[in-house]
Amino acid sequence: MVAIKKLELAVGVFVALGLVAFFMLAMKVSNIAELGEDKGYKVTARFESIGGLKIRAPVSLAGVRIGRVANIGLDTQTYEAVVTLSIDPQYDRLPTDSSASILTSGLLGEQYVGLEPGGMDTYLKNGSTLKLTQSALVLEKLIARMITGAADSEGSSKKP
Amino acid sequence: MLESVRRLGRLALRFLQRLGKATLFLLGLLGALAALCKRPGLIVKQLYSLGVLSLPIIAMSGLFVGMVLGLQGYANLVDFGATSTLGTVVALSLVRELGPVLAALLYAARAGSALTAEIGLMKVTEQLACMQMMAVDPFARVFAPRFVAGFIAMPLLAGIFTAIGVLGGYFVAVKQLGVDSGAFWSQMQASVGLVDDVIKGVVIKSIAFGWVANWIAVFEGYDAIPTSEGISLATTRTVVNTALVVLALDFVLTAIFFGV
Amino acid sequence: MSAVTHSAAIPIPDAAPLITVRNLSFRRGSRIIFENVDLAIPRGKITAIMGPSGTGKTTLLRLIGGQIRPDAGRIDVDGACVHELGRRELYQLRKRMSMLFQSGALFTDLSVYDNVAFPLREHTRLPESFIRTLTLMKLEAVGLRGARHLMPSELSGGMARRAALARAIALDPMMIMYDEPFSGQDPITMGVLVKLIRTLNDALGLTSIIVSHDVKETASIADYIYLISDGSVVDHGTPQALEHSRSGWVEQFLHALPDGPMSFHYPAPTYAHDLALAEGPALA
Repeated sequence: MVAIKKLELAVGVFVALGLVAFFMLAMKVSNIAELGEDKGYKVTARFESIGGLKIRAPVSLAGVRIGRVANIGLDTQTYEAVVTLSIDPQYDRLPTDSSASILTSGLLGEQYVGLEPGGMDTYLKNGSTLKLTQSALVLEKLIARMITGAADSEGSSKKP
Repeated sequence: MLESVRRLGRLALRFLQRLGKATLFLLGLLGALAALCKRPGLIVKQLYSLGVLSLPIIAMSGLFVGMVLGLQGYANLVDFGATSTLGTVVALSLVRELGPVLAALLYAARAGSALTAEIGLMKVTEQLACMQMMAVDPFARVFAPRFVAGFIAMPLLAGIFTAIGVLGGYFVAVKQLGVDSGAFWSQMQASVGLVDDVIKGVVIKSIAFGWVANWIAVFEGYDAIPTSEGISLATTRTVVNTALVVLALDFVLTAIFFGV
Repeated sequence: MSAVTHSAAIPIPDAAPLITVRNLSFRRGSRIIFENVDLAIPRGKITAIMGPSGTGKTTLLRLIGGQIRPDAGRIDVDGACVHELGRRELYQLRKRMSMLFQSGALFTDLSVYDNVAFPLREHTRLPESFIRTLTLMKLEAVGLRGARHLMPSELSGGMARRAALARAIALDPMMIMYDEPFSGQDPITMGVLVKLIRTLNDALGLTSIIVSHDVKETASIADYIYLISDGSVVDHGTPQALEHSRSGWVEQFLHALPDGPMSFHYPAPTYAHDLALAEGPALA
């Protein structure tokens, strides 16, 4: 009977280890918070182009993550991208004239929405819209601009 | 020409015949589940030999795979200055693919082959026939407990493999290569989803793999030709077939869950 | 009892046999194992079924146990036709039948004690203390009470068979089928087993069927013997009656003579022809 007790103990430890592993995968590796209902307040921003921005991409201010991209849609009237940001409720003192821009972490990293605080005394609340936005830098356009810029500057034979 | 077409037909027929036999066997297994519920002790015993004894190889392999991912990821990301996304790279590869797949392959080699050999040997030594003559159903007493225990063990092993792999990657990235610890975890958390990656990756995949790996292992033992050569063939078939089926199934599941 | 070659009539040595086999035919692929076999196993006696290797004696036991189905004919055990029973009834019947396999077939992952306790634990809801008592009684009967903690791999062949015998009688069955109980045993072990089979049969009021080709040992304990060759019953009778059989085959088998009706050679064309020595057609 001693052998059976030992066996049961080992199996118990094994099952516990497995559960701990899943607990770690849930809490430490992934973000379980996103599973819960979204408590943040919604702010929309319109962009000419969002590049490769995806739903759930972080929204950050001064490098601190303060929310997530909740939804991405297209306004069929203006052909602009409508991005809904979900800002965590504790960051409730963001000036209404803050600007949003789509940035890239690193050269090839993920795209995220960066907020730049303005100076107004009124604060963003649920349903507000960000007026000032800056679209994503599209690499192809950037390169194209550099090439045409280089062609222009050739005439003046001056190099920057 | 005609001969080779005929051979192809014969192969196909034999495959279908075996598949039918395996399906009937599976039905037998499922039919024995009710009887098994009264005897949880049988499952515990098999959980020991299939799960606990597979733990060392799973843990060691997970650690090394995670460490290799950390090194390779770093070597590739450092040129772009994107080493802070190393956590994401390590975790996503493990959670979505490597964790469940490698755990299933290791399980087939470590536990599946042993399962086949054990059942095959029980057949050779007349233990199964003897059990039947004692009015004990081998499905309820031998096959089903092993199948169920393996089915339970597989997701646990895959979870352990993945978690240890992430820790291995952390160790190499943060402790050895100097990636920022906060960035490692926060980047990981930012891009690994609980449902989208952990559940759809490790959990569902390992459940599916556990199903086929144990089905194949127990069936091959049951179907083994009762000679020493027959058993060696059956064990080989277990490992080879499990590997093929797991990889093919992984492709299908990846296409469903992560395909664009 | 007179020796009849190729019994056509149904031989019934006793009034109410436990097992009757009628017109049994069984084939494996195209190979005929049994053709029109009739047998009757009397209650409370030891009946031996003997014949050369490869005559399907083990197959006969499996047919009686309902593990395989005959192609024709019927087998009745204690009034029930084995292959017509449903699964549940068959399992009920098997609890009262027991079989000692040639290898012993002990469960290698269980100790001797657990092996003997196995049928009790599977089929009864007795408390563990009861099971312990019963198990020790059965082990005592085969003289292995002291070996109860050993694993099957630690047993000699004879001990393994005795342990298996203790397991076979654990549920107090009405009958035991012995599959080659003596093969590969040393003379002392054989003697022990012979005595054990006889004692258990008489003490427990069992019906025993022994399948064997060990003539001397089997004949010494059997009450009745069936001789099987080439898929049919060649002769049957008490050991004494068979001893005086005038059939050349019976004499050859019982006295282990190399020459007789049964040829040493597997059927073949003549030797000279095979070696290409003879001219002309040598094959009949």
